[in-house]
Amino acid sequence: MEPRIGVFICHCGSNIAGTVDCEEVARFAGGLEGVAVARDYKFMCSDPGQELIKKDIRELGLNRVVVASCSPTMHEPTFRRAIQEAGLNPYFFEMANIREHVSWVSVDKLKATERAKALVAAAVRRVYYHQPLESREVDINPNTLVVGGGIAGIQAALKIADSGNKVYLVDKNPSIGGHMAQLDKTFPTLDCSACILTPKMTLAGSHPNIELLTYSEVEEVSGYVGNFKVKIRKRARYIDLGKCTGCGRCVDICPVKVPDEFEQGLSQRKAIYKPFAQAVPNKVLIDPENCLHLKGLAKGKDVCRLCQKGVKGGIIGCETGAIDFEQQDEVIEVEVGSVIVATGFKLFDPGVIYQYGYGRLENVITSLEFERIVNSAGPTSGHIVLKDGSEPQSIALIHCVGSRDEQYHEYCSRVCCMYSMKFAHLIKEHTSAEVYEFYIDIRSFGKGYEEFYNRILEEGTVFIRGKPAEVTNIAETREEEGKLIVQFEDTLVGKQRRLPVDMVVLSCGLEPPGDVEAVGRMFNISRSADGFFLEKHPKLDPVATMTDGIFLAGCCQGPKDIPDTVAQALAAAAEALAMISRGKVEVEAATAIINEKLCTGCQLCKNVCPYSAISFDEEKKVCRVNEALCKGCGACVGGCPGDAISLSHYTNEQILAQMEGALT
Amino acid sequence: MVSFLDEVKSTPGGKHILACIQCGTCTGSCPMAGSMEYPPRKIIAMIRAGMRDEVLASNSMWFCLSCYMCTARCPRGVKPTEIAHALESLAAQHGFRIGGTSTPPLYRSFVGSIKSNGRVHELGMMVKFYLSILPELISHPVAAIKMAPLGLKLFLHRRLPLMPTRIKGRGDLSKIIRKFKEVRGNN
Amino acid sequence: MKYYSFFPGCSAESTGLGLGLSAEAIAEPLDMELVELEDWNCCGSTPYGSLAEEESIAVAARNLALAEKRGLDLVTPCSSCYVTLSKANRHLQEHPTLLAQVNEALAVADLEYHGSIRVRHIVYVLYNDITPESIASKIKWGLDGLKIAPYYGCQLVRPDYGLDDTEFPHTLDRLVECLGAEAVDFPLKARCCGGSLTLSEEDRVLGLIRSLLQSAAENGAQCLVTPCPLCQTNLDAYQSRVNARFKTSYKLPVLFITQLIGLALGIEAKSLGMNTNIVSPREVLDYIYNRINYMTTHQKVDKRG
Repeated sequence: MEPRIGVFICHCGSNIAGTVDCEEVARFAGGLEGVAVARDYKFMCSDPGQELIKKDIRELGLNRVVVASCSPTMHEPTFRRAIQEAGLNPYFFEMANIREHVSWVSVDKLKATERAKALVAAAVRRVYYHQPLESREVDINPNTLVVGGGIAGIQAALKIADSGNKVYLVDKNPSIGGHMAQLDKTFPTLDCSACILTPKMTLAGSHPNIELLTYSEVEEVSGYVGNFKVKIRKRARYIDLGKCTGCGRCVDICPVKVPDEFEQGLSQRKAIYKPFAQAVPNKVLIDPENCLHLKGLAKGKDVCRLCQKGVKGGIIGCETGAIDFEQQDEVIEVEVGSVIVATGFKLFDPGVIYQYGYGRLENVITSLEFERIVNSAGPTSGHIVLKDGSEPQSIALIHCVGSRDEQYHEYCSRVCCMYSMKFAHLIKEHTSAEVYEFYIDIRSFGKGYEEFYNRILEEGTVFIRGKPAEVTNIAETREEEGKLIVQFEDTLVGKQRRLPVDMVVLSCGLEPPGDVEAVGRMFNISRSADGFFLEKHPKLDPVATMTDGIFLAGCCQGPKDIPDTVAQALAAAAEALAMISRGKVEVEAATAIINEKLCTGCQLCKNVCPYSAISFDEEKKVCRVNEALCKGCGACVGGCPGDAISLSHYTNEQILAQMEGALT
Repeated sequence: MVSFLDEVKSTPGGKHILACIQCGTCTGSCPMAGSMEYPPRKIIAMIRAGMRDEVLASNSMWFCLSCYMCTARCPRGVKPTEIAHALESLAAQHGFRIGGTSTPPLYRSFVGSIKSNGRVHELGMMVKFYLSILPELISHPVAAIKMAPLGLKLFLHRRLPLMPTRIKGRGDLSKIIRKFKEVRGNN
Repeated sequence: MKYYSFFPGCSAESTGLGLGLSAEAIAEPLDMELVELEDWNCCGSTPYGSLAEEESIAVAARNLALAEKRGLDLVTPCSSCYVTLSKANRHLQEHPTLLAQVNEALAVADLEYHGSIRVRHIVYVLYNDITPESIASKIKWGLDGLKIAPYYGCQLVRPDYGLDDTEFPHTLDRLVECLGAEAVDFPLKARCCGGSLTLSEEDRVLGLIRSLLQSAAENGAQCLVTPCPLCQTNLDAYQSRVNARFKTSYKLPVLFITQLIGLALGIEAKSLGMNTNIVSPREVLDYIYNRINYMTTHQKVDKRG
């Protein structure tokens, strides 16, 4: 067909026109082979600009369009839509970037204009070879998978479930609630954490549209946006959840005591246990590593089973027969359209900072340990006490432990200043101890946060600006005997000082959980340099990832407080719901095509494909591209030793023409 | 006109001085912080404020033990020990008189011994040092006399040879030092 | 046989004579050849680096250039020489302009340095190259029952060389243990002894030495072992001055790690320079040779001074 190419040169105000002589470029373009019309205009992306194009298509019968303006990542979709509205296939379009690639990086006007001409000539030559491609649409499965049952996961699940769509809420712990369930009061309102969380937990546990899968882990993910297949392993609790009433009698009977993870090891739990009092599901489970019977089974012995049998003296075991030592893990497969990853955080372990004495000196504790101590449902019933049970007269809170430190984590963990001040308030409330906060900067950035700081100052907490160099028990004076001594520089005074205290609380930072790499690989999402999952764009797309259909919410994307976590969870829910409500998703048309006649079945393409979009047909011994998964990256095209793969919209012909146009 | 900050930045260990967030970990870790006129963190703040005379005239860096505790703990990768050495060199090279410490004369005796022998003759260095602080010794005679047993003990245990070892290449060493000063001076 | 160029350091002939003698004595039994660098000059240490920083790099570079001629790792038993030479080496490797200027200066002595030498401390050579297991296999007199506090000092572990922990290191502990002794864990094992300032600022520094002795004694040490000649002099020669000032009565012998290894290997005490130790190591020697059991050598554990 006779090419009738329309070329439109944009001024972009003065962004391009300030350096490139747009009129000259238009005049030049007009003389190129195949060009039916060449114009220049101030703002091509605007309504009148787009109208120009549409008008020319209609009136001049254009069958190809070139726009020389900004980057395709900015406006390629805009112009493609415009020409589509005028009746042309959107792929009969090519953009020449004469802004980012010419005007924004050139100083010499003459040279810039020449460069622009070269790029336009290249585009014109290329567009001649463009083929009409059809975008495909696939149906979306309206189910959603939420990975992680902390406040982020719970909130996202509730919002989606309330819209009438089904959610699978998976958590590897035996109860949902995450770290928020461990907290005492939350800043800055001092709401009781459990009081605001448990209603949501209960709702999530009983919502008709939420299938709760606790003590479960995602094992395998395959598929693509709108059509994921997920294998989930439901670990054996050795309890029939249908029969267990949560009465807890078995817990009383069990003879085994081990450190309680929920209580941060400060107290003990049994081998058969309920994760915590408000757990959802409010049922027990058996820990196979410590249960005497399960351990005995491995050696062929039948021991204990007191939880079932009961104990002498009339104490009956489980009456409903819920205990099932034969239970196995169950692997199920679910189909979902989108996934929200809300796997949360892990607290930095300060044991690696030798000079702070954690794990070595008594009464040096982490922030999570303090939360449990001050919590009335915790191991000390809310009494702030030292290891020996006595009340501390002075407590030091050290900020930035493991954060803002190139030896551990360079980033700031965002919440520690606020929770440290919260601790100061709680200590003042529960005891008459002196409280000292050691900080470098106070970060009280949120709504009501600075006011909270003021309140803490007024309550009499002493703020000392200086990051402690060490915590030691080696006394240098009589006053220091038997105490923990914090050695630091009081920078506002300009002197090295030593302060003897009874207890030191380390405000540890937040870091990604230990299995973050495995989870990332499973869902094909990447991580930023700080180790947290990488969002699509830090400002404009903070809950999406580069993998379509996988979203993020909460601390797994970066440390944040509860308000921001909930906001992100709702944003992720909105993303999922937007997809569900569209019902279909458009997949990239520029995909790779394997010429099966030329394919030798070497599978090199399959191995290099970063999107797992290529499969091998065992019968025909050739490879095939799944167009819905293919992102058109071209790795396979370059890799194929037999030149059997071509990439739509990036054919050899098109690229060579582009090069010729630029060089001549 | 090179600013004091730039002067310090261009020394071998001074590159990262701008990374300092003034957290005070260096001072907190320093065994000698109490003896210094200005503690390490403040010195860095003063460098950034361009207070050249005050910094170079201070005795702070001369109390540095080179224990590197500050460098090991600094969360920003600043090297206060190396900055201290650089400041000592700048102070010495620009003829600042340092009060409140006998360390500069000790160092000078040490370096003097190297330049004469190629190696440090410890007895000779100690003698030279005590002579250089003679006025102080005379004003504290008891303290001075108390030093004698220590020297004697070391001598009796073969740890203070009377004669220095002179290396063959000590002439070479002087030539190298002279040439280096010339080459640096030209740049 | 492992081959190294050896840089004894100025103290090895004087205040650190024990270190110099014992380092050379243990070489052959442990299959090391330590060839002393010919006509080496003082590395410059802290004083030179503090008076004329860049010039001191040129002074250190002469040794690096001499070592490069043989091409072997340059091993030193002195912590101060270790940090000075490593630092100079690193600066030269990272700053080509400086290296060029230094080479211009070295040229007048027909020397040139290309940055290819590795500077190593004998402790890390013993730990990583020779290995504690190999040393253990060659022991003649096991040190079982001895409680020895390994004192690292600062410059063996800081700045971070990537070879051991900067706050709570373990290489010396392992070396002590491989000789059969019990390595006494004391929290101040990598804290400063006062370094070069003991001569000029004794008043201020004596307290540091005292804390170290106190911490070692409190944790049950019968003797201290250290790799650094400056630390050894401070802890050994100044122990009586600590006692005089603080009214304490420490009698802790301070051995060089190479002396301790030498004793365990069965080398004669005199060859290890044991008669240069000021706080008498008599009881330690008695124990090793005659298994005479004895209580910790300090009389009273003073909590207050």
